[in-house]
Amino acid sequence: MKKYVIIGNGAAAVGAIEGIRSADKSGEITVISRENRSVYARPLISYYLEGKTDLGRILYRPSDFYEKNSVTVLYGEEAVSVDPSGKTVSLGSGKKLGYDALCAATGSTPFVPPTEGLKSVKNVHTFMTLDDAESLKSSLTPDSKVLIVGAGLIGLKCAEGILNLCREITVCDLAPRVLSSILDQDCAAIMQARLEKMGIKFLLGDTVAKFEENTAHMKSGCDVDFDALVTAVGVRANISLIKDIGGECGRGIAVNEKMQTSLSGIYAAGDCTESFDITSETRKVMAIMPLAYMQGHCAGANMAGGDEKIENAFPMNSIGFAGLHCMTAGSYVGECLEERFEGGIKRLYVKDNLLKGFILIGKNDRAGIYTALIRNRTPLDSVDFELLKKSPALAPFGRAYRSEKLGGVV
Amino acid sequence: MKRVYVNEKWCLGCRLCEYNCAYANSGESDMIKALRKKTVRPNIVVEEDGDINFAVSCRHCRDPICVKSCISGALSIEDGAVRVDHDKCVGCLTCVLVCPYGCIREGEQGAVQKCELCLNNSFGEPACVKGCPNRAIVFEER
Repeated sequence: MKKYVIIGNGAAAVGAIEGIRSADKSGEITVISRENRSVYARPLISYYLEGKTDLGRILYRPSDFYEKNSVTVLYGEEAVSVDPSGKTVSLGSGKKLGYDALCAATGSTPFVPPTEGLKSVKNVHTFMTLDDAESLKSSLTPDSKVLIVGAGLIGLKCAEGILNLCREITVCDLAPRVLSSILDQDCAAIMQARLEKMGIKFLLGDTVAKFEENTAHMKSGCDVDFDALVTAVGVRANISLIKDIGGECGRGIAVNEKMQTSLSGIYAAGDCTESFDITSETRKVMAIMPLAYMQGHCAGANMAGGDEKIENAFPMNSIGFAGLHCMTAGSYVGECLEERFEGGIKRLYVKDNLLKGFILIGKNDRAGIYTALIRNRTPLDSVDFELLKKSPALAPFGRAYRSEKLGGVV
Repeated sequence: MKRVYVNEKWCLGCRLCEYNCAYANSGESDMIKALRKKTVRPNIVVEEDGDINFAVSCRHCRDPICVKSCISGALSIEDGAVRVDHDKCVGCLTCVLVCPYGCIREGEQGAVQKCELCLNNSFGEPACVKGCPNRAIVFEER
């Protein structure tokens, strides 16, 4: 019987489990889980603080998931090293696990920038796990003032999550705009206006020069007093287990289209990896949950002798604040087709007869039709793109496509 | 598994399927009460291509990208049908971002809405099909 070991217990690990079981019903699967929790939906921790989900509903899979898939989960355990020649994983507890196929689904860790005086600050948090969310929540009172360093997806979702749990939230970021990794200045301004309307204050293009206990002296010269600090400047892929044994790594663990690392019998999936983005045609860390699951599934199926490939990955995001949704996909390259309307914007990026990316704020109905154009690398001259760019629909794809997709099993 | 299929040659573009869908999923026992003075938000949408009309609803794909992409675990496959757990869904709209047919939409109560083949309402079978006057939409095995 084949032995599978998965390091990590997030979406990529779930994908790996389901991938293995799609090809091997009886092999022995062991999951090494640092957190003492069944797999839950990490991006929902802000919704948990808002009360829009709870410890039951936040579970990513039903409570009998591991049992149904005959998976042994080692909770509270950490993998400390891998021996690729002996095919074993050593755990923090001293235990050793043998494997035939290994999947590193180790995720990422918040990066806390070294700032002068940070050690003197009381009440410092990161915002990645349910434990982080619980600890932040319990440290807040209705009078608390919170400083969040980082106006990216994590920092802003954190702000939304604690909006009703504290008195004041200030978000600062070195970038001159919010959501700088996915939006340009114009689009970011629309989202920022909504966030400001919610009561969140911003100090953009500014950074903490020095902390003195719970006062941040900003580079711009102003001071911010706070009761709790959240650092959310970004994350770093957890690559060390694979890097330490000579596996090829950039910012993430390098994987091919089958999710194989450069080491025999070792696969990787999820936020710890870097892989090929078809829109920018570069390798990059694409730390998004849908891809983590799909990479996990691909890794798992291949570990069990199957033949899955991912050859159409690209970054994408759907994020909303107080009802205003922003969807982004791909790369912002080539010609930009822009349409502005009350409360929103739509931008499509076209290059070499292909849709390469988009930004949709305010209107998102049927956005997946655009995403599919990117994913399938559909030549735009094969569809009625003039019609399609006005609004996503299936009519512009023509009758043959429709009869295949609407008249048959897909 | 039975799915909803469209024959665009026979579609009159009457949009009755949209109204029947909205009614079936309203929870009301009276169609007038369900639809009067309300913006209809059906899970099936009639499109136009010149003289041709056709209705589009969830394909209940064999390998649904919406389910694989769902970040909350609210979307799942039950006996081949793609279902939404409205209690788990937080309305992040990742599924809207990935569905290649544009068949999932933002719901009114925070969760997304999509065709569940009327398996979750009192109709028990697709109301769009039952009410189609020209049998342009059918519910069958293919």
